[in-house]
Amino acid sequence: MAHIQLPDGLPGIRGPMALRPETSKPLNELAEVLLRADNSLTRGERELIATYVSYLNDCFFCQNAHGGLAQHYLSCDLEQMDKMKIHPETAPISEKMKALLSISGSVQKGGKHVTAGQIEKAKGLGATDLEIHDTVLIAAAFCMFNRYVDGLGTWAPQDRMFYVNRAKTRAEEGYANYNPHN
Amino acid sequence: MAYINVPEGVPGIRSLVMFRPETGRHLYQLTQVLLRDPSPLSPAERELIATHVSARNNCMFCMSSHAAAARELLEEKRDVVDCVIHNQSTPHLSDKMKALLNIAGKVQQSGKLVTDEDVSQARQHDASDRDIHDTVLIAATFSMFNRYVDGLGSLTPTDPTEYVPMGKRLATMGYVLPQQQKN
Repeated sequence: MAHIQLPDGLPGIRGPMALRPETSKPLNELAEVLLRADNSLTRGERELIATYVSYLNDCFFCQNAHGGLAQHYLSCDLEQMDKMKIHPETAPISEKMKALLSISGSVQKGGKHVTAGQIEKAKGLGATDLEIHDTVLIAAAFCMFNRYVDGLGTWAPQDRMFYVNRAKTRAEEGYANYNPHN
Repeated sequence: MAYINVPEGVPGIRSLVMFRPETGRHLYQLTQVLLRDPSPLSPAERELIATHVSARNNCMFCMSSHAAAARELLEEKRDVVDCVIHNQSTPHLSDKMKALLNIAGKVQQSGKLVTDEDVSQARQHDASDRDIHDTVLIAATFSMFNRYVDGLGSLTPTDPTEYVPMGKRLATMGYVLPQQQKN
C-alpha cells in the first residue's frame, strides 16, 4: 500500500501525478523535452537511457513503462530489451550509445562517478556536448522519478505485457499533455 | 572545468541551464513550486531538506547554495543549518522535521528504503500526506540536481563567502532562470 492516500486505481507515477498537478506540470514538460522533443539522439535511444537507469535503480514501474516505450521505438521484443538493459556493452547499439550508457551508469551511482575519460571516449565516438548534457540529465532525472515512485510506495501492475501493450498509445500521447487518469 | 562547453565563470547549475534553457526552465519551475509556492512546510524547512540531501550526496555546490538560502530564511535560527549538515541534534529542529529529514535521507539512498515505520513516525509528529509527498519529491529532485551538477563537472566555488549572495538571491527572488549575457 502506498505511504500516502493516492487516487485509486492509478499505477506508478500516475497516482502522485494526479494528486499534485502543480509539480506534475514541470515534471512532464521536462520529460517531454528530454525524451521526446527533436534531438540528435532518437526517442528510442533516450528511452533506453531511462530504462537502463531505472533498471539499475531497481524501479519496477519505471523500467517497464520506459522499457515498453524503448522497445516500441527500437522495434525489438521484450527479451531483446532485457538483454540491452542488463548487458548494454554487448547490445546491438552504436559504440557512441554504449559510451553514453556507461556515463548514465556512473550518474546513477553519483555525479562524481563520471570521469573525464568516459566523457572523452564519448566525444571521440562522435557524441556532441548537447548529447552528453542530455544523457547526464536524463540519467539524473530518472534517479529522481525512480525515487518518487518507490519512495511513496506506489503499486505497479506485475504483468510486464501491460506495459508493452500500452507503449504505442503512450508514445503517441507523449508527456506534455499527459493525463494521469488515462 | 566543466565537461561541456558551458558559459565560462558561471557556477553550478546556473551554467548548465544557460547552456540548455529548454530543460532549464522546467527545472527552475519545478524548484520554485517545490521550495517556494504555498505549502504546509515553510520555505526554510524545504531548503533544509534540499541541503540535507545535497550534503548526503556530497554535492558541494548544491549543499552550499541551499544552505546559504536556508540561513537567510532562518535569520537568528540559522545555526540549525550546520546541525542539519553535520547530523547534530538541535532544539531548533521540530520532531516533525527530524522525521521528515529521516525520510529524505532514505530517499537519497533509494526510494525503496522508506518504510511504513519511517512514515508512521512522521505522522505521530503531525506530518500530513502533503508534507510526506513534498519531502519525498524534494529529496528525489535533489538526487537529480546533485547528479546533474556533479555529473557534468560544473564549476564549484570553494570560497564559502561566494555562496552568501546566492543565498540572499534565492531567499528574496526564488528560482528565476538566469539569462545568457548578450555580447
